[in-house]
Amino acid sequence: MTVNSQSPTSSSQGQAGPRKSRSLLAVDAHTKRRNASEARFQFMGKLAVGIGILALVGLLASILANGLSSFRQTYVTVDIFLDPAKLDKDGSGDLAKIAKVTTFGYKPLIKRAMAAAIAEHGIDDQGLKAKKIAALISPQAPATLRNYVLAHPDQIGKTVAFNLLASGRIDGYFKGRVTMDSAKLDRNISPEQLRLADEMHRVGLLETRFNWAFFTAPDASDTRPEAAGLGVAILGSAYMMIVVLLLALPLGVAASIYLEEFSKQNFLTDLIEVNISNLAAVPSIVFGILGLAVFINFAGLPKSAPIVGGLVLTLMTLPTIIIATRAALKAVPPSIREAALGVGASKMQTVFHHVLPLAMPGILTGAIIGLAQALGESAPLLLIGMVAFVREYPAAPPEGFFDPAAALPVQIYNWTTRGDPAFVERASGAIIVLLAFLLTMNIVAIILRRRFERRW
Amino acid sequence: MNVSILSVIVLGLSVLGFFLARRRALSKVNGKAYKLHSRPIYYGQVVFLFTAVPALLVLALWLFIQPIAIERQVSAEIPASAIPKGSTPQLVMSDVRRIAGGIDAMLHAGNITKAEFNDMSVDTTSIRSQLASVGIALGADVTPAVFEAAKSYRNMKNVGHTAMAAVVLVVALAGLLLSLARITPAQRARNIAEHFILALLIGASLVAILTTLGIVLSLLFETIHFFRIYPARDFFLSLTWNPQFRGGSDLGMIPLLWGTLYISLVALVVAVPVGMLIAIYLAEYAGKNLRSFAKPAIEVLAGIPTIVYGLFALITVGPFIRDWIAVPTGLGNSSSSVLTAGLVMGIMLIPFVSSLSDDIINAVPQSLRDGSYGLGATRSETIKKVILPAALPGVVGAILLAASRAIGETMIVVMGAGAAARLDLNPLEAMTTVTVKIVSQLTGDTEFASPETLVAFALGLTLFIFTLALNVLALYIVRKYREQYE
Repeated sequence: MTVNSQSPTSSSQGQAGPRKSRSLLAVDAHTKRRNASEARFQFMGKLAVGIGILALVGLLASILANGLSSFRQTYVTVDIFLDPAKLDKDGSGDLAKIAKVTTFGYKPLIKRAMAAAIAEHGIDDQGLKAKKIAALISPQAPATLRNYVLAHPDQIGKTVAFNLLASGRIDGYFKGRVTMDSAKLDRNISPEQLRLADEMHRVGLLETRFNWAFFTAPDASDTRPEAAGLGVAILGSAYMMIVVLLLALPLGVAASIYLEEFSKQNFLTDLIEVNISNLAAVPSIVFGILGLAVFINFAGLPKSAPIVGGLVLTLMTLPTIIIATRAALKAVPPSIREAALGVGASKMQTVFHHVLPLAMPGILTGAIIGLAQALGESAPLLLIGMVAFVREYPAAPPEGFFDPAAALPVQIYNWTTRGDPAFVERASGAIIVLLAFLLTMNIVAIILRRRFERRW
Repeated sequence: MNVSILSVIVLGLSVLGFFLARRRALSKVNGKAYKLHSRPIYYGQVVFLFTAVPALLVLALWLFIQPIAIERQVSAEIPASAIPKGSTPQLVMSDVRRIAGGIDAMLHAGNITKAEFNDMSVDTTSIRSQLASVGIALGADVTPAVFEAAKSYRNMKNVGHTAMAAVVLVVALAGLLLSLARITPAQRARNIAEHFILALLIGASLVAILTTLGIVLSLLFETIHFFRIYPARDFFLSLTWNPQFRGGSDLGMIPLLWGTLYISLVALVVAVPVGMLIAIYLAEYAGKNLRSFAKPAIEVLAGIPTIVYGLFALITVGPFIRDWIAVPTGLGNSSSSVLTAGLVMGIMLIPFVSSLSDDIINAVPQSLRDGSYGLGATRSETIKKVILPAALPGVVGAILLAASRAIGETMIVVMGAGAAARLDLNPLEAMTTVTVKIVSQLTGDTEFASPETLVAFALGLTLFIFTLALNVLALYIVRKYREQYE
């Protein structure tokens, strides 16, 4: 609102000096100042909104720009002769003996196959030695090969086409992270190798494809960023969410029903209320300390286990769920309760047969929002050992709850502490996955609310 | 017997009890349900509850107490002479546990038979190498005392588990039979069931108290432990933080507290003006279109996990500040700095401040606004001279709540602030915070006897008290303010 005429405010300093203009149409200096200050204030408000939206856009853009490339991965397609002379020396086909050949024994096969493939396609090998050519392929490849052979021992002696991961640097080259200039300074890759990769790409030996392994593979060691995946982390997070859902939802709903429907104003109720509001404000890392001291040291539960993470996150999300559930119960009008009591239902019957079903959509929405909060939480999990390097998938529940596992946000943190820049790409990609999960949960919550919420 | 199988059996018994009780109640009145005090389903509920709940409670208690009792028993068995120099009873106990676990693994894998195990002793077999074969690595050879302790640990554990299964099943069966036997047509089954359920509801709401109690006790206990081996004066007053894992560390809290407060201050300087202006603009000026777009967009910021902000600080904001501000001005050269962490934390707090301010602005009665407009004030004058002063206590409360959030924030500072404990004013230097040090002292394989680990609990207690005080103060101010208008 702009004030066009001199307003008769008593505090106006303008009255101190003599007025030059008495016209209502001319704006005097004092009003001009006030209007300018109004415009400045509005501009600052716009600026603040702009900063807020810019921050959101910048945050998402930075994550997307860094992380989208992790959904694609460079693979080398090569025919490998599974040499019986190397893998099964006495030709017995005995699995125990084949298993004795370590991944080290598979390296020469890859080396030979690469040399053969390059010769076959008539590519200039850039004067590289066979070892350097084989270095285009990830150090993970021999393990892939070995697992294949152990799963299909009858393929020994045959030539099989393999899709092997290219090494992290080659993968980075095709995503623009590694350049000819940076390769000159890099001990792990040379410009000649990159040129060779270009040639291989031209004839189709090497291509970049959608990276399913990113979602299913376990974590990989520091030198093999190309093989690292989120499989164990997604599974671990899912296990923790199951624990949280199984514990926090019943506990939270039960506590809210008591506090909202049955409790009388007394010392105990006040104590509970104060505790809940305080717990909602306790820093999440303190819950981690609690988990470490009580669940691991005192109760002797295993470290890095989803059960411990789930318990800690349950305690953390409980206040959120209680607050949401109480709001949902409060939203059910008293007339419903009075009607039920009026036809002779007991208090318990009123709550469980009438109030609770009507409050259910609100409760579920609150539960989903609590779960989303738990899914993104990382600080307490750092303290209970979820940062450990875990390559084994946890078993199926319930035993799997006690197996070591990772969790999505902690896996992200773990990757950011590694040296290779390829892990930053992975971490950003993992964040996209995490955000996608959170977005889905929130959309489900919104749909639930829209569909089932009743306005009284 | 496995715990999950045991609970399934108990639940199965309870469901069985439910149907039996319903049948029994009906058969007592020859199927004429109207002669019963309650509907038959309530007789079932009573039996179900009396079968399941006591048994499951016993199970939970047993699982909680057994490890502690066994631990105590076994560590009493280990003679003081069996504890090598430079080691602690805790270390020996953890060896005992691992040996016992290893023996289980060997029996399970079939490396040794039961009979072999019974004859096994330290003199005849190399336990260490056998354990290594199942993936249990031990630092030193096993002494006879430790091995005997491991054996009795394992024994007690097995006996304990069997006893637990037996006791739980007996409790469940007793509950089932007793409550079944007590069914009469006059039994007030609905009232009994409802009282039982009410007790369960109260129990569930006590979890909040238990959690607080757990937090306070675990922090307090370990902090007292810490102050026994490290002087409290040094912790509170020393200006150096320099943990050494060989002992002789300086564990002064002041540099950490300084870093925490400095970073929080930067965050608040970013978040409070921006967040409040957003709230004011969206509430008082913005048109419907802008509001319907901007408000959810700002709220999205609140739903983003802190690890995302941490990564943003690490890969985008940190390098940007280093290359464009720190290096050109020559004030610093690291990408993690107070400014990086503070800025990103400020962004995180914007939606928090703006939604709190929104509530506060809406709580100011419209009559105050109308009065101000009626006197000819512009909108900004009304906001600055009427609404904000009226809302001042609420604003202060919101700032305190935001400060408590900032102080307790972990991931952003772990990834953006650095690890060097420093007392400095330069915002472009890396500094560290209380939360960062809690994480770094407690991650990895930690042994709970050293002051370097225990200090984390003292830091945690400091953090807890700090944030709690801020929250209580904030709530007090906000509540007091609300009473003025209602």
